[in-house]
Amino acid sequence: MLKNRVIPCLLLRNGGLVKTRKFSDAKYVGDPINAIRIFNEKEADELLVLDITASKENREPDYSLIERFAGECFMPLCYGGGIRSPEQARKLFSLGVEKICLQTAVLENASLITEISREFGCQSVVVSVDVKKSWLGRYGLYASSTGKILPLPWMDYVQRSVAAGAGEVVLNSVDRDGLMQGMDIELIRIASSSLSVPLIALGGAGSLDDIKAAVISGASAVAAGSFFVFHGPHRAVLITYPSYNELETILNSSI
Amino acid sequence: MIAIASFGIGNILSLTNMVRYIGFDAVVADKPGDLLCATKIILPGVGAFDYGMKRLSDLGWIDVLNEVVMQRRVPVLGICLGMQLMCRSSQEGNSKGLGWIAADVVRFDGAGLRVPHMGWNSIEVSNPNPLISSNYGEQRFYFCHSYHTVCDDPSDILATARHGYDFTAAFSCNNIYGVQFHPEKSHRFGMSLIKKFLEL
Repeated sequence: MLKNRVIPCLLLRNGGLVKTRKFSDAKYVGDPINAIRIFNEKEADELLVLDITASKENREPDYSLIERFAGECFMPLCYGGGIRSPEQARKLFSLGVEKICLQTAVLENASLITEISREFGCQSVVVSVDVKKSWLGRYGLYASSTGKILPLPWMDYVQRSVAAGAGEVVLNSVDRDGLMQGMDIELIRIASSSLSVPLIALGGAGSLDDIKAAVISGASAVAAGSFFVFHGPHRAVLITYPSYNELETILNSSI
Repeated sequence: MIAIASFGIGNILSLTNMVRYIGFDAVVADKPGDLLCATKIILPGVGAFDYGMKRLSDLGWIDVLNEVVMQRRVPVLGICLGMQLMCRSSQEGNSKGLGWIAADVVRFDGAGLRVPHMGWNSIEVSNPNPLISSNYGEQRFYFCHSYHTVCDDPSDILATARHGYDFTAAFSCNNIYGVQFHPEKSHRFGMSLIKKFLEL
């Protein structure tokens, strides 16, 4: 049986690793290569690396850094940040990246998904969707580059991205980001019940029980940042990843 | 010489990284002629079936591959799309495959089945074989595909995995080996498989 993946999500800013809370308050947590080495040794299921300022600063992906990441990873690597063209995607794949994660560019130009998936297959194109609750408590599609909620029904946007050729969806809850107080189960349930492609839930995981709750609600995979880099009440930086047996025990019991 | 066929649709670097990590030297074969002195060939591949066959045919790989694999019987390992290209045909496209093994490629078909089949899955060894040991405990590999192969002859199936139903995760016929998963992305499980192939 296919296992539910548990994926460390690493945020890059200026070549360093950071972790945010509710998409701001980025705290430096260390050197990305070192972190990737640890996750490789601990046999993490997969890695998601997102450059959170590339699009904002209209920058290209940092190819030489990404190539070094790929060289350390004997697990699948998904990279997102600053990808605007099929040429950039081609270059990233040639460096040893399995999947690319699209977000900002797709909000302006959905055909980018189609162009890339036609050449490399839909399994290599992940669309990342940030969802934030409005003051009315409704879920809305959040544009991290401008910090605004867009006037688009978010689930329609997800469906259109999948129809355009995205093979996987990363669904990130902005309100839960970095808080480690549990994931948005309602959001995960809404998305997973109407998606035919794998759903990666992100935002809020602070324990293995949180990860399990997301899986029970239909997530194919759960990604987390803080959970893998912070330890204890004072958020000391300690990079960890649960053992395979721990994950098997928690995820395969009573599902 | 270990040659990794590079016809523009595989994740070549991940493979070379792993082969080197295991302690072997691999040559990235950028053109068909580079395969002529190979003693082992890896045929990677990611993407669509027709696009893969078109690349092989446009760049002149097919005749050389047929000669080296089918006449000189050099061991070859197809990975993911590389495995599928070894078959006769695929539901994903209209092109003919290389036709090295009596198998075809079909789409995952089942109500409520999430496709692509993406992630880690454990495999069951069906027939004793030199690549995957059957007494190793649970072995898991990373898969990422929407289509899978179906062999005419069950004795060609080395291992199966389950996604809705059991499907072929690895096959072999003479010197031809194919794996649907990505050993180069499957930690020590994949390392062991690649090492065994290179030591054949």
